[in-house]
Amino acid sequence: MTTRKLEILVGAFVALSIAALMLLALKVANAGVAGSDQSYQLLATFDNIGGLKVRSPVKVGGVVVGRVANIHLDPEQFQPVVTLEINSSYNNFPETSSLAILTSGLLGEQYIGLQPGFVDESVEILGNGDRIEDTKSAIVLEELIGQFLFNRGNQ
Amino acid sequence: MILDKLQQLGAATLETIQGFGRATLMLAGALWGRPRFVKAWPLYIKQFYVVGVLSLLIIVVSGLFIGMVLALQGYTVLSKFGAEQMLGPLVALSLLRELGPVVTALLFAGRAGSALTAEIGLMKATEQLSGMEMMAVDPLRRIIAPRLWAGVVCMPLLALIFTAVGILGGHLVGVDWLGVDAGGYWSAMQANVDFEQDVLNGIIKSTVFAFVVTVIALHKGFDAVPTSEGISRATTQTVVTASLAVLGFDFVLTAVMFGG
Repeated sequence: MTTRKLEILVGAFVALSIAALMLLALKVANAGVAGSDQSYQLLATFDNIGGLKVRSPVKVGGVVVGRVANIHLDPEQFQPVVTLEINSSYNNFPETSSLAILTSGLLGEQYIGLQPGFVDESVEILGNGDRIEDTKSAIVLEELIGQFLFNRGNQ
Repeated sequence: MILDKLQQLGAATLETIQGFGRATLMLAGALWGRPRFVKAWPLYIKQFYVVGVLSLLIIVVSGLFIGMVLALQGYTVLSKFGAEQMLGPLVALSLLRELGPVVTALLFAGRAGSALTAEIGLMKATEQLSGMEMMAVDPLRRIIAPRLWAGVVCMPLLALIFTAVGILGGHLVGVDWLGVDAGGYWSAMQANVDFEQDVLNGIIKSTVFAFVVTVIALHKGFDAVPTSEGISRATTQTVVTASLAVLGFDFVLTAVMFGG
């Protein structure tokens, strides 16, 4: 076979593998779409974060608006501090908003549910580096069972 | 008696170490200096065709069937827990992280590696390699280098195609046949697959496997005893050694990449 014919076949092979990479990157891994967006950071302190992980989603009414960027323990208060990275297109949450750590389904992953609060003249809009004060901790199953048994014992 | 055994052990050890040494020398000779992509272009194109394009059919067919079987088996277990929507991540993650690179490397060792060994072994047996040296042509740079580059470049590409076809095969069985929701198949996959963690690590894995398999195949051929029996033994050794090396490296790489 001539070199030209071989070159065409090899070119088709390389083009096919690039198409495969594009499929894996865009359709399977969804890269490039999430990473390119601008975001701003919010802080929140919880009593207990349960099974929350870095990169867990932050949802408002089921819509993903951001992800958990960092989790660390406050060295003085001994409370976990969670850094949220919120997509810049959702930049008008009032400071009265509250956070709760929820579980998707019975056995699913844990995520942060953001409940937007009321707005009036004295309420400011959350910006980069602001802290959300109103937080609800994760429900730990063992504590629930413990409470249940304790209540039964009192009756 | 004991001395004889000791001698055998020593001889086997020395032979193994010498083999590593000869493989390293061959590699150094083939890679010494800049690869002459422009001057030797027809040689490289020929090898890309033989090693890459001709392996495409077996890769596509096995990828399709492995994806289909994964979806079929995964569905059986997942449907018991009512978690059919996790079929997408199951198929995608097993293909990207493990099956894509490993099965491609095993098929590549059988399809292209054995052919490389037999070809070079026969060149050696018919004294073509010595003939080249007589004409002041370095066989390491003319014969070994194009095959080495072709193997190292083509196998990761083949692994990508294998994985993509496998995921489409899983879609075929899971969505079109068993009735998993198509939107759930893709969105659960996108939520659980990370580009750097899964896709890039898979590519790194298959590049390492490509290098290992190609070097073993070329070394076994270049080092073969130049008789018909020697070539047949070298070809067998290529497939066995390369497959074992791939599985061993896979464990190490998985432990490093996903173990923590």
